[in-house]
Amino acid sequence: MATLKVGLVSPEREIWSGEAKMVVAQTIEGSLGILPGHAPVLGVLLDGSVVKIEPADGGEAVIAMVGSGFFSVAANEVAILAEQAELSHEVAVEDARQALENALAAGDDATAERRARARLRAAGVEA
Amino acid sequence: MAAQLRQLRQQIKTVKSTAKITRAQEMIATSRIVKAQQAVAASKPYSDQITQALTALVSHHVGIDHPLLHEQPADNRSAVLIITSDRGFCGAYNANVIREAEALIRSLREQGREPVPYVIGNKGITWYRFRNRAIAEAWHGFSDRPDFPNAERIGRRLTEDFLKTDAEGGVGEIHVVYTEFVSMLTQTVRVRRLLPLELHDGHTETVPPAYEFEPSAQAALDLLLPNYVESRIFHMLLQSAASFQASVRRAMKSATDNANELLGVYTRQMNQARQAAITQEISEIVGGADALADSGGE
Repeated sequence: MATLKVGLVSPEREIWSGEAKMVVAQTIEGSLGILPGHAPVLGVLLDGSVVKIEPADGGEAVIAMVGSGFFSVAANEVAILAEQAELSHEVAVEDARQALENALAAGDDATAERRARARLRAAGVEA
Repeated sequence: MAAQLRQLRQQIKTVKSTAKITRAQEMIATSRIVKAQQAVAASKPYSDQITQALTALVSHHVGIDHPLLHEQPADNRSAVLIITSDRGFCGAYNANVIREAEALIRSLREQGREPVPYVIGNKGITWYRFRNRAIAEAWHGFSDRPDFPNAERIGRRLTEDFLKTDAEGGVGEIHVVYTEFVSMLTQTVRVRRLLPLELHDGHTETVPPAYEFEPSAQAALDLLLPNYVESRIFHMLLQSAASFQASVRRAMKSATDNANELLGVYTRQMNQARQAAITQEISEIVGGADALADSGGE
């Protein structure tokens, strides 16, 4: 079966790359699942959402929090570009909780709140 | 004689310790160049992808439009972003950047435009402040190891000013003066126009795929363009940081070489002085003995 060549990159480094069976990303309009053979798409990521990548070797799914960015799909290549991105095991849970509390206390920064929630969700902890 | 000898010994000690320091700085810079180069390499996938996406977007949607792509003939002010370093000890690195920036500012003036400097790095800031020149904005504290949030901050400010009119304190175009890391031995100062963006249509070898856009092409462009500008600035910051480390290495290497050469000269002078002192002592003893022998012989 064909696989997807996935690259998850931030401006500072390549966060994850490899072969995958499926990628699920969230756009402003909702979740979008990408399987091999998908038509070329360029989508805007929801700032503060979670991207899920299922590796082709059947390993554990890679879950990452992403901030402002976009993804492009073409010829079975998926590139996810995010200005902020963290893999699930990199998220400092305490730090993210603190960020969420700060965002809730400030009250008017919906993006910061969404980002903090996404970080917690990526880490597998519900806020 | 003895005084001269002591003085030379002191000088040799001083030069030796200076050489030790410069040698250490040279080695630190060498290891940092590697890190800086890795940072440049790590940022490449992102900048490649964003360029590709932007090219695809613009080539498939001829009618697509964004204020960042517009020339602004009504605005007469031109921003000049000057990337210098926070620290010295780097030879002519900052002087080269500032010379190039001044040449650009002069030529902008000749074209009847009003240049507005935006400065990054303590060295550039001090240079402009000392001369009492107005700076629109100054950033410092990250020239050694720039990270993306820095580039984001600079990019936001510049695009904001670009979208304002002259009367509101905005600018009509943005130039950047930075140093490109060509190789360990060569770093070149470059002047680039950042905004309005020029998208090259020269990529004929690969036809970009016909993308669908989610949610729309315009929304994608609104997001991509500022990100692209920030990624360009980030790239220039990283290039400048790598060039800075290379300049430090070169400056420190020549300082060490000079110190070693000086050490040779001083050592030779010291040996000569010591030898002269010994010779004098011997001749004094011999002279004294002769005098004694002469007086004793009578």
